[in-house]
Amino acid sequence: MAFAAFSNNTPNKNSGAPVKSGKIVLALLLPGLIYLAMFFFIPLVALIQTSLEKRISTPTVSFEPAWQWQNYVDVIDRYLPQILRSFGYAFVATVIALLISYPLAYFIGVKVRHRPVLQRLMVTLVIAPFFISFLLRTIAWKQLLSDNSAAMDFIRMLGLIGPNESFIGTGGAVIFGLVYNFIPFMTLPLYTTLERLDVRYLEAGSDLYASPSKVFRKVTLPLSMPGIISGTLLTFIPIAGDYVNASQDFLGSADTSMIGTMVVQDQLVTNNPQSATALSVLLMGTILVLITVYVRRAGTEELL
Amino acid sequence: MASQVKVSGADLELIDVRKDFPGFTALDDMDLHIPAGEFFALLGPSGCGKTTTLRIVAGLETPTQGQVLLGGQDVTSMKPHERPVNTVFQSYALFPHMTILENVAFGLRQRKIDDPLKKAQDALDLVELGHIGQRRPQQLSGGQQQRVALARALVNRPSLLLLDEPLGALDLKLRRQMQIELKAIQMEVGLTFLHVTHDQEEAMDMADTVAVMNKGRIEQMGAPEALYDRPKTAFVSKFLGQSNLFVGKVVDSNNSSVSIEVGGHAITVDKKRAEKHTGTIAIGVRPEKATFHTENPKLGSDHVSIGQGEIIDIRFTGVSNQYLIEVPNVGEITVFAQNIGKSPVIELGAKVWVSWKVEHSFGLSDLPDGTEDQG
Repeated sequence: MAFAAFSNNTPNKNSGAPVKSGKIVLALLLPGLIYLAMFFFIPLVALIQTSLEKRISTPTVSFEPAWQWQNYVDVIDRYLPQILRSFGYAFVATVIALLISYPLAYFIGVKVRHRPVLQRLMVTLVIAPFFISFLLRTIAWKQLLSDNSAAMDFIRMLGLIGPNESFIGTGGAVIFGLVYNFIPFMTLPLYTTLERLDVRYLEAGSDLYASPSKVFRKVTLPLSMPGIISGTLLTFIPIAGDYVNASQDFLGSADTSMIGTMVVQDQLVTNNPQSATALSVLLMGTILVLITVYVRRAGTEELL
Repeated sequence: MASQVKVSGADLELIDVRKDFPGFTALDDMDLHIPAGEFFALLGPSGCGKTTTLRIVAGLETPTQGQVLLGGQDVTSMKPHERPVNTVFQSYALFPHMTILENVAFGLRQRKIDDPLKKAQDALDLVELGHIGQRRPQQLSGGQQQRVALARALVNRPSLLLLDEPLGALDLKLRRQMQIELKAIQMEVGLTFLHVTHDQEEAMDMADTVAVMNKGRIEQMGAPEALYDRPKTAFVSKFLGQSNLFVGKVVDSNNSSVSIEVGGHAITVDKKRAEKHTGTIAIGVRPEKATFHTENPKLGSDHVSIGQGEIIDIRFTGVSNQYLIEVPNVGEITVFAQNIGKSPVIELGAKVWVSWKVEHSFGLSDLPDGTEDQG
């Protein structure tokens, strides 16, 4: 689980294993290590190196290796709205996904616990959208949310949006798409935690004068923290880097661009890999800092 | 804490309580009254409905019908958190995300009682665990967790304390120690205790009154001594200790006694110790009340005497020897003889006579399972 991967109290296993097995362990680890080196470490170094290259525009466009920190200042300067929007959208979408997923995961994990067939069916339904490509599903939503669709007529009839307003292309539509596409990553870890929740703790809470809402806040919620942490990380991180939903080709518009959108544009359209890589490294660094702070806080807080 | 104001518990009354689950009835029209301040044990095998009874009293199950009164007040429709009742759960159910001290203070905090941590600390001191308040439940042994669970319930000064097999997970030595402590605490705080257990020794040792449950009903209720001395049904006679039971037709009945005939022997019971006086009845005797003799003892009418039989098994259990004696046409009789050097030195296969005083016989209201009514 992601939570375990980020927790800082994983015990250090001092291998007291005999020397003989050392070679076998190494042999078993080797494919993984090679894979990590080739597809993570080397690309990461290349990424950072590219982001620091110096761009020479005259006489023709060329690049030379350098420590050009100015690249970072430039992208922050140019793309600050998109950077802030990315994390803003990611935050809002994660919170909405949590609010929708928690009751659902609680129902599947606790309420239908004694009906395993129904439980398995519901878990399958949560995963079912993955059976179809997420691009196709997002395009389908684009149709459904477009100005002339029957669904939008219905929403207009309800008065949720004005008669001449569009929903497609707004921040709301992008957040809707993000929540829709990433919600299983929230529901599943919550479900695995709540499925193991011992309801005897809840009975003990109500026996000790706690009303149902108090039992939820003082017992259920703290005991489901591992699921909440992994769920929010598994949704927040990919959402912050998402480049599909916010794109003009899908649910967004020029006003909804996120970091991912700009990386795609810099790399593929305006042929500016320095800007694209600097933006990528910035995104990665910011996420690392945010989740470190988050896990530290959630892990040590008493929540009483 | 002992020197503080003595809190007296409330009495508990169950009126006609029934609980149906899909496919079976866990409780069958149960009536029960537990006076305030009493240590009451519900004793029975698993699946007899004792835990369901406890959960209905705690409010964790809703009865299909019937009423639960606590201190005269109808609490049937009250939610668990509204009832002045606390439970020591079988699994202890200590909150793993809180310290021991916070666990104990939980109930006090919910009711917004002043100074919860001080009172929680006092409760921990009472169970002699004041020094581990900052630890987590996972760091405690089973016995310590049990005492914390007890402190967490007692600190709220409930009118009624429910104990759901709280000693089940402990080893024998610790269990004995906890039994003594539990009884001492109950006398000290003066609460009403309702203790659910399948351990007959535990129930008899601690409770003022024991109710033996079977198949959703109370079969017999009374002081432990009375229950043991005069069980009224075959189930109680077998569940609470061991019994030798003899089934036969009544052949003689006078003002003071009733006799049945089994395999050519007359087995007699005092009339006032027999539930039924006619037809086919079962008469029993406890193994430790019976003795055996190497010669026909030729005893008077105040004794039941059966023989000749053969010893087919001898078991040494420490304080006593258990002899299994096969008597032709009667069946097997178990006799316990204390190892105090008085019983005859005897070997497997020896021919013996068994006897006991008529006043130790008891007559049952029903017949043991698997016996046919011969009337």
